[in-house]
Formats: sequence, C-alpha cells, structure tokens
Amino acid sequence: MAIELFRIDDRLIHGQVVVGWGQPLDLTFIVLVDDEVASSEWEQELYRMGVPPEMDVHFDTVEDAAQKLAVYQRDARRGALLTGDIDTMARLIDLTGAISRVNLGGIHHRAGRTQRLRYVFLAPEEEKALRALASRGVDVSAQDVPAARPLALNEVLSGEGNR
Amino acid sequence: MSEADVAVRALVAGHGDFAVGIVSAVAQITGRGDAFVTLSNRDMSAADVERAMRNEVDARAIEVIFTDLPAGSCTMAARRLQRERPGVVLVTGTNLATLLDFVFHTDVPASEAAQHAAEKGRAALVVAGGAPSGH
Repeated sequence: MAIELFRIDDRLIHGQVVVGWGQPLDLTFIVLVDDEVASSEWEQELYRMGVPPEMDVHFDTVEDAAQKLAVYQRDARRGALLTGDIDTMARLIDLTGAISRVNLGGIHHRAGRTQRLRYVFLAPEEEKALRALASRGVDVSAQDVPAARPLALNEVLSGEGNR
Repeated sequence: MSEADVAVRALVAGHGDFAVGIVSAVAQITGRGDAFVTLSNRDMSAADVERAMRNEVDARAIEVIFTDLPAGSCTMAARRLQRERPGVVLVTGTNLATLLDFVFHTDVPASEAAQHAAEKGRAALVVAGGAPSGH
C-alpha cells in the first residue's frame, strides 16, 4: 500500500488528483509537500475543502515530509505525495533517497519555459534537474491521468510525446 | 426582454468543455445563455486560472461563480478570489437545474438567485429504478 504516486503538479490538489487518480488507485490520504502551504492555515483550509471527508490530507514542509516519509510508507492505506515544483521534489529525494518513481502531472507555462507536452513546460534548469534525478536511478515519467500512456523522460524532453 | 435580463450575471467555470456545454444547454432550453460567461481550466496552471477568473469578474462586475467540482482548480481559484472580494458567491457542484433556476431569477440580486439556484440543483438529483430483483 503506502504512497502509490509521487507527483509534481503546480495545481497541487485538484480534480485530476482527487478524482482522476484518487478513484482508480483508491487513494485515502494525500501528503502535500510545500513550505508555503505548510505555514498557512488559510491555504490548508482551501485545499482541505477540495477533498472528500474520508480522505486525509497532511501538510508538510520538505524537512517534515522527509522525516515522516517512512511512516507514510508504512501506512496500510494508499496515498499520494504532491509537490508543486521540481525543486521541492528533488529536495525531498535528496533528503530521503527513498523515492524511486516520480510522475510529472502538471508543470504549466511560465516565462522561460519551453513546451514539452500539453501539460509540461520546462526551463533549462528544470530539465537539468530532471535529468539529474534520472541519472540517480529515479524513474521520471509524465502522465496527467491514469488512462494516458506514461511518457518516459527522454520522450518528454525530445518532444516525441507531442507526436 | 429588458437589457438587465440579458446582461452577464455569472461566470461558469470548469474542466474541459463543461462550461461551454452546460451554458449551451441553458441557451437551448431558455434562450438565456448570454447570462453567463464561461471559462475552461484546460491546460492552465492554478495561477493562470485565477488570473483569467479575476479578469472576467472584474471586467463584468460578476458576483456569482458557478464551478463543476469542489476539488477542481476553478473552485480553488474562486475561493482565492473570494478572499479579495468577499461579496462574490461561489456555487460548486453545478448542474443544469442550478443554472436554469438562476437565469429565471433576475428580479433578485445575483447572490440571492445563486442561493436559490443551489437549492434547486441539489433537489434535482434523482435516482429512479434499479431495485434488485426479488426485492
């Protein structure tokens, strides 16, 4: 059981996560890793409002999530861990060395980013960070919803995923 | 129909073609689809959705936002907008019955019409048939 999905998505908790992945994976808890959200009661209330009452949401800083990851992984239920950007996920991987697979679920347009997929736009330093994760053995792939084919990092960066 | 009857009174926002689709249904049934402006969150970041929503709300002095899903990024954006504009009303879980009721209540403030419409939408959900055989 434990955490079934480690996802980078700048929308954090939203429909694709709660319903699109939540239903087929039978997710019953979400770990939202974001230093800003972890320090804001208002932000936490906002995200909590978006999930059904039977789903637990844990709000952690990167450091807290790193300390608690082993506990989350021993949870008998299924969960998802979300970060809003690549840097946060990379920091968590650095601190734990215990994440073997990362899902790119939504990294949208921003100045300096180049479109790689319909839902993945990357700046050069972000591409470098993803390549660094892959070189360390982390399986990085893009997949917005479970019904879509997962695209390996090489397909994403080469633009093959758009064909 | 007076000018007030056809003015945009609310924003409908959601996933994919939800907003355009449900407003087209309102137009087909009532001819009053122009009471709404629509927004899709397709391929947009949370910040983009919030920006687009803020632009529509400010440009048209919109007081009511209808969204499709409580967990959706449109709902999140509307909640963020409400922090700056507490007078804005959000209705999430919108269905066709909700919007049909809303367009016919032009004699009350939009916020009041939204409350009434939400009740109608909730009451419109009906399950018929399907009893297991032998019961």
